[in-house]
Amino acid sequence: MRIILLFLLSAACALAEGIKPAIVYDFGGKFDRSFNQSASEGVARFTRETGIAFRDFEVTNATQRVQVMRQFARHGYNFIVAVGFSQASAVEQVAPEFPDVRFVIIDGNVDLPNVESVNFREQESSFLCGMAAALSSKTGKIGFVGGMDIPLIRKFALGYEAGARHVNPKIEVFENMTGSTPSAWNDPTRGAELAKSQFGRGADVVFHAAGGTGMGVMQAAQDAGLLSIGCDSNQDYIHPGSVLTSALKRVDVAVYRAATAARNGSWVHGHVTFGLAEDGVGYSLDEYNRAILTPAIEKRLEDAKRDIVAGRVAVPEYRE
Amino acid sequence: MNKGETALELRGIDKRFGAVHANRAVSFSVRRGTIHGLIGENGAGKSTLMNIVYGFHPADAGELLVDGRAVAIRSPQDAIAAGIGMVHQHFMLVPNFTVLENLILGAEGGWRLAAGRAKARAAMERIEREHGLSVPLDAVVEDLPVGIQQRVEILKALNRGAEILILDEPTAVLTPQETSQLFELLRRLRDQGRTIILVTHKLKEIMAVTDNVTVMRQGAVVAGVATAATSPQALADEMVGRAVSLEVAKGPAAPGVPLLSVRDLAVRDRKGVPRVKGVSFEVRAGEIVGIAGVAGNGQSELLEAIAGLVEPERGEISVSGRPVNGLDPRERRALGLAHIPEDRLRMGVVAAFPARDNAILGYHDRAGYNRGPFTRPARISGDCARKMSDWDVRPPAPGLRMSLFSGGNQQKLVLAREIDSNPVVLLIGQPTRGVDIGAIEFIHRRLVALRDAGKALLLVSVELDEILGLADRILVMAGGEIVGELSAAEASEEKLGLMMAGIGKAAHG
Amino acid sequence: MSAERAAPSLRWLEALVLPLANLVLALLLSGLIIRLIGESPLAAFRLMLSGAFGSQEALGYTLYYATNFIFTGLAVAVAFHAGLFNIGAEGQAYIGGLGAGLVCLGLGSLPFWLVAPLAIVAAALFGAGWALVPAWLQARRGSHIVITTIMFNFLASALMTWLLVNILIKPGQQSPETREFAPGTWLPSAHDLLARIGLSFAPSPLNLAFALAIAASALVWLVIWRTRWGYALRVAGKNAAAARYAGISPARVTIAAMLLSGALAGGLGLNELMGAEHRILLDFPGGAGFVGIAVALMGRNNPVGIVISAILFGALYQGGSELSFDMPHVNRDTVVVIQGLVILFCGALENVLKRPLSRLWSR
Repeated sequence: MRIILLFLLSAACALAEGIKPAIVYDFGGKFDRSFNQSASEGVARFTRETGIAFRDFEVTNATQRVQVMRQFARHGYNFIVAVGFSQASAVEQVAPEFPDVRFVIIDGNVDLPNVESVNFREQESSFLCGMAAALSSKTGKIGFVGGMDIPLIRKFALGYEAGARHVNPKIEVFENMTGSTPSAWNDPTRGAELAKSQFGRGADVVFHAAGGTGMGVMQAAQDAGLLSIGCDSNQDYIHPGSVLTSALKRVDVAVYRAATAARNGSWVHGHVTFGLAEDGVGYSLDEYNRAILTPAIEKRLEDAKRDIVAGRVAVPEYRE
Repeated sequence: MNKGETALELRGIDKRFGAVHANRAVSFSVRRGTIHGLIGENGAGKSTLMNIVYGFHPADAGELLVDGRAVAIRSPQDAIAAGIGMVHQHFMLVPNFTVLENLILGAEGGWRLAAGRAKARAAMERIEREHGLSVPLDAVVEDLPVGIQQRVEILKALNRGAEILILDEPTAVLTPQETSQLFELLRRLRDQGRTIILVTHKLKEIMAVTDNVTVMRQGAVVAGVATAATSPQALADEMVGRAVSLEVAKGPAAPGVPLLSVRDLAVRDRKGVPRVKGVSFEVRAGEIVGIAGVAGNGQSELLEAIAGLVEPERGEISVSGRPVNGLDPRERRALGLAHIPEDRLRMGVVAAFPARDNAILGYHDRAGYNRGPFTRPARISGDCARKMSDWDVRPPAPGLRMSLFSGGNQQKLVLAREIDSNPVVLLIGQPTRGVDIGAIEFIHRRLVALRDAGKALLLVSVELDEILGLADRILVMAGGEIVGELSAAEASEEKLGLMMAGIGKAAHG
Repeated sequence: MSAERAAPSLRWLEALVLPLANLVLALLLSGLIIRLIGESPLAAFRLMLSGAFGSQEALGYTLYYATNFIFTGLAVAVAFHAGLFNIGAEGQAYIGGLGAGLVCLGLGSLPFWLVAPLAIVAAALFGAGWALVPAWLQARRGSHIVITTIMFNFLASALMTWLLVNILIKPGQQSPETREFAPGTWLPSAHDLLARIGLSFAPSPLNLAFALAIAASALVWLVIWRTRWGYALRVAGKNAAAARYAGISPARVTIAAMLLSGALAGGLGLNELMGAEHRILLDFPGGAGFVGIAVALMGRNNPVGIVISAILFGALYQGGSELSFDMPHVNRDTVVVIQGLVILFCGALENVLKRPLSRLWSR
């Protein structure tokens, strides 16, 4: 009797509140000015519009992922977003234990009836950025600074190079990775060094996919009077007139969309991929880079975008 | 300032450390313009007392009077302000600073070093003129001989206005020549009206340089006399608390077959400097061969090469007729070569270990101490207790950390360990360095007994008295060579001294 | 005189009161910080305490973290007894885990009783192997072991990233991780083990590796204090000249001690990979190699002390995690600051309180 009462009570609560959402950020933390922060902006927008607050947690070691997801689930959180590919195995482990909780994994694939896997075709935005770089380069040499040599970053690198070659088959692309420890994502000094060395070899545009390390890359470009390309969030404003554009990865859109769907009862499990067609990835154009991303370049990029969406141009994808 | 007769007076100073009563109601006074000796065995409480005077430890009871006025000294700064300076046994200098930098250390005078330096240089030059105490101000301290380093310490104290200068065992690290130079300096300082307290356990030094002497035993003052009115024997008896013999009692040697033989041995140090230049000699069963020489003339390297600690450049070493070249110290030990190293704390013991672990150092893998891969703690402890009672090591506590034993007791344990292994040849470096009189007498008797048991002993010592008292045959080393050989009967301090200085070189027999 | 330190009460003071006083000081300062953030320090500490020990699950997590710290703490301590400062436990644990993981991936079809010992041996061998080069460089070339072991941490992470991204990665996956080990190779969890003897224990990552860590502690104690080899190691560590005098080769001791140290660090891989994650993943040591330095320092390089301080650090990790979960104003950086303060006071500033305390004592 009491159990039934409790059940009814909690069901009523759930209906009244809609969803009780939580989000688990990865090592970078929610203020990384990049990937995790983009997710937190989606959260902020959702909260602003609905008044429903997310609980959040930033992990400091691998074990905490499982622990925290479980704890959220146990505390009655019924919608949990896990940000970052490293969390996939944790979701895989926890999701079956709580079949009533809806999980979202960003940048990962988990095949379970209560998990939505969200991925991005980073290669498509990188392709456009590669084109922009090649079109802006006077030396015929461009650079790429990645965080760590992992599949995700190779995806960026591959798309970037393909885009550049699409414009100029003879272009030279320098590629460097920052390191192999987690600090590779947050080492602006090293980022600046790598960018400088690429400039030294003749590059005049450099694209970063390196989280906090990218701040150093962009600073180095600004100092050298050359161009950089930002990543994940719109970073054009950081050095106006020096950041050519940013490869957008709309994690915020993905988080906001999933949360809204969950609230409206239209959330479904399965795999979602965001690309140019879905406006989930793209390049940025605003008052900060209007002067350097000329209308001529913009036209080329828009044409290419249409071709990619229509399938007339194939963007290579990294496959391990 | 009121300049009375008495520079420093101690009244009823009492100090305990836990269970140890280090100072028991110590009272005595030191007259201005004298050299006052403070003598006692290791552990008699001399250093504690002086550390109280210098403000390192607070006294539990009692008071201190400087120039007749009671002063409260809670830190070395207070002591310096009261005109007390101290030169420690282990110098408190920064080795990679120059002399001048060391002198202004702690008294830099503002943030600009240059100003302090210039002022200090002028002050130093004045002190040098006054005392005839010259040191190379711009030399780096670690490059200087210890005798000079000690002068820097004295200068440092004088520079800070010390009227009363305490020297704690100042001669422990000095050669005989440096010692006599130091004493000259002390006399000069005294004649200029300064008061000097000389802490030592060496009777000879008390007799040579002091005006008055206070004897301490077990924390208490047991005698205070004018030096002229006493004798070494009387002082020794007071220190130990019983009649001691300062002479080594031994019969004539009866040498047998050669047990240690060294042929054309040459050793270079790590920097490639030749230290031993082709030395040959033998030590026979039942004799003690002494090697005399000023420290640093190759004796240490000779001993270490024979022990297997350094690889000789050339030459042959054999023990009981078996060549030992190329064997490591452990293998040489197995052949009956035992070694009591010159620097006990550096090499002979592990100060942080309990006594029982030190009592097996070098013999730790012998069967008796191990069963399979495991050590036998009870056996090791029992064995240590036996050695301790055999050699009168005090306190007889195998579990006590080695650093808590006095120097003499540490040395006795090292001797016990090496002699207990029943060696054929015993190498002994500085057997009584830092050892009290009571223990010296004991150690000397045991070494003679070992000789009489037919062992071969090779003795290196910078104490000429010791060589003269113990050795049956004396080799003199200078500049890495054996420059002379004397039998015990024909040797005297003067002859040895001349040979050590490279004068009166006798033919090597 | 030197006898002043003879009092046995002082040793007791050093071993027990001093670390406790340091801990209290660190917590007081942490409390001040929590206060400044606007939370109640008392409530925060209560939360940490109950978060670390308040339930079976909490205890499980605490001991699970402690397992890592025991292994790395022992690794640091063994090297320390030989007079070597091994900063490389992190890298040795990383590579040691690779060894265990390769066995689990490659021989997963074998029965547990066969594959587990093999994996343990592999973890030890790989960890030891990774320590060998710095050891050899120190022993034969005099290259400072602090520098070389730090360099080898970077080499280890570079090697592991490369292996995981290019060779060991499970195909079709974003995250640089291997496939899951066959369940037959997993170290049984405390939950399962205790269930087998009829005891219930809440599920947590705590697994058999904890027992292995305790066994390793006992073994280290035995080796260091009850074998002639341990004796030689301690002599060489305390006084190299005395070691040479005793016929002990300091170079040989350096190499042997580092091998043992690396092997112990490798034990972390058993706990993390075979016990909890069941796959090889990037950066699984997660800094435990460095925490091991603080653990060894605080545990005074004694296995019993190391187990105790490892549990303390495990509690800080687990309790801290609960704290940042439950207190909205306390974020993970605050927790890192608290952990850092404990390391600072118990490790680096270990002796700061020594003088005032012993003075107080002798009053």
